Amino acid sequence: MSAAESKKEKFLSGISAGSSVHSTTAMNKLNGLDFPTRKTEEWKYTRVSKLINSNLTKGEALLDAEVFSIQQLDSYKVIFTNGNLTHSDLEDNSSISIRRLTENDVLLNSQANEEEIFTTINLAYEHGGLYIHVSSGAIIDKPVEIIHLVDGKNTFAQIRKLVVLEPGSELQLVEGYYSSEHGFAFSNIVSEIIVKRNAKLHLDKIQSESEEHWQINSEYVYQEQDSSFSINTITVNGGMVRNGLNIVVDGSNCETSLNGLYYLKGNQHVDNHTKVDHKKPHCTSSELYKGILDDAATGVFNGKVFVREDAQKIEAFQQNNNVILSDEANMNAKPELEIYADDVKCSHGSTTGQFDNDAIFYLRTRGVGEKNAKNLMVSAFAEDVLQHVKNQPVRTHINTLLKTRFDWKL
Amino acid sequence: MLKIKNLHASTEDKEILKGVDLEVNAGEVHAIMGPNGSGKSTLAMVLAGREDYEVTEGSIEFNGEDLVDLAPEERAREGVFLAFQYPVEIPGVSNINFLRAAINEKRTHHGLEPLSGKDFLSLVKEKSALVELDDKLKNRSVNEGFSGGEKKRNEIFQMAMLEPKLAVLDETDSGLDIDALKIVSHGVNSLKSKENATIIVTHYQRLLDYIVPDFVHVLYDGKIVKSGSKELALELEEKGYDWIKEKPTV
Repeated sequence: MSAAESKKEKFLSGISAGSSVHSTTAMNKLNGLDFPTRKTEEWKYTRVSKLINSNLTKGEALLDAEVFSIQQLDSYKVIFTNGNLTHSDLEDNSSISIRRLTENDVLLNSQANEEEIFTTINLAYEHGGLYIHVSSGAIIDKPVEIIHLVDGKNTFAQIRKLVVLEPGSELQLVEGYYSSEHGFAFSNIVSEIIVKRNAKLHLDKIQSESEEHWQINSEYVYQEQDSSFSINTITVNGGMVRNGLNIVVDGSNCETSLNGLYYLKGNQHVDNHTKVDHKKPHCTSSELYKGILDDAATGVFNGKVFVREDAQKIEAFQQNNNVILSDEANMNAKPELEIYADDVKCSHGSTTGQFDNDAIFYLRTRGVGEKNAKNLMVSAFAEDVLQHVKNQPVRTHINTLLKTRFDWKL
Repeated sequence: MLKIKNLHASTEDKEILKGVDLEVNAGEVHAIMGPNGSGKSTLAMVLAGREDYEVTEGSIEFNGEDLVDLAPEERAREGVFLAFQYPVEIPGVSNINFLRAAINEKRTHHGLEPLSGKDFLSLVKEKSALVELDDKLKNRSVNEGFSGGEKKRNEIFQMAMLEPKLAVLDETDSGLDIDALKIVSHGVNSLKSKENATIIVTHYQRLLDYIVPDFVHVLYDGKIVKSGSKELALELEEKGYDWIKEKPTV
């Protein structure tokens, strides 16, 4: 056995292989894959050696994660603890069905990248899972709130979600990721989302795990014509967070909106990789990611937009802005456009800088302390992204998380 | 109230203030005039605590306390206010929210309870009337998209809200038309009392027709070279600054 093989085996020794035919196929695929190194382009700025050298075990289900639910939010609650589905509010009805995912559930039109090692591990090994199916034409009256809690040292939480919106349906999803302060643990999450013709999905994703927690979160979204998909990824905490958001827009007249906010301190490392692949004409996509980095935190933004040859009349906008609050913080930003069509409107840009000293001085001369002056500036900077969180209780919840973590007194 | 003694200040190793002496008592209005580049705005910035300027010699005593080592926000909470020559635009930061934070930090510093939302808003209503500040401007981002006159009125509105002991007005008349000048001056004059003092930094005499000083000082090459009554301002207006430059000592 090669060194790479034995490393993989050791990393995966705490969890069990899946038993379905899909798991077996994934396992075979996995045999040919290696962990990314600094030479792997997609992982150039994010090291995983600490993760793969750790000893992780499958976590047991816990009972109570209610405390993390969003106050005042009238929702259908679904709770995962340590990777296991432990609670669901919803009874199946004619509009929506929410059930435990079985290992045999695999989407036929899956976009999941089999070359991506963590995605393949997710399928090859046992995972807690959720299947959400919204019936044709159904507009779900309340958001589905998925709470992910990891509690326990060295827990390896594997979660897989399939979300299918049938034609003309609408759903709002709110996902919250939390952990206790019990030390190093790892969540490997894969979501596959299909938004069929004229369907509409909005997702608010809130990441607030502990500074020792690692999360690799891969989303594979497939949009059919006339559909709309929007996501707000708000990262408040988490030691290492990697978001891989992959969207294939395979129908005309679609709308895609991606927004992200990451506010980091300490030694946090947050990596947002996004990929929007426009395959058909007359679609718009807009992307705004903003970051604030303090202490020795590092951030990565890599946004790729493809416009294929047949995808004329595409409007694709991408923007990434960062503010660095300390000499030791570090941001790596790489916006990319690949355009093969000739009649498109595309733009992208990235800035990384510091707050305007004149503005901070001005606020201080009115009696606002330096820290609060910076907080006011941060809050103004973040507002461009946070204004996309339209659900008020969700917005308040995010504000509370930020206030608690960053001592905002605003 | 304010005692400046032999004040020297530098920025990027260039000495701008070269020994300023000035004493301001409660109830007084002082005007500091001088040609461009004489150090007027530097003096204003040094009083407010701008960290780009280093005080290399001398002292600034404010109500018995040494100001030099205090952070800008500490000076503000003690009662120093600077009305900026160029008020800074801060997109996204609400004028009102920021003022509320400022007032409450000041109150906390003095051991007082924060103002209730209701009391704060009635104070805003009262003080904004003083400078005829539009409701819309109060709720907008700090100075963003304000005209020159609106920015200066916003400065005086903030001053009215914070009720400083010492207000330093840096070229408050620049960019103002005559109507705005009257409104701003009216605001400043209404805020005058026996307990507070005002320093007006200006290049032109015009503002002093509306805010009448008790003393006029001429700053030239980093030093106060001449002091006198309000008539000195008229003399400067008539003769210009050249005769001062020719006789750099008094």
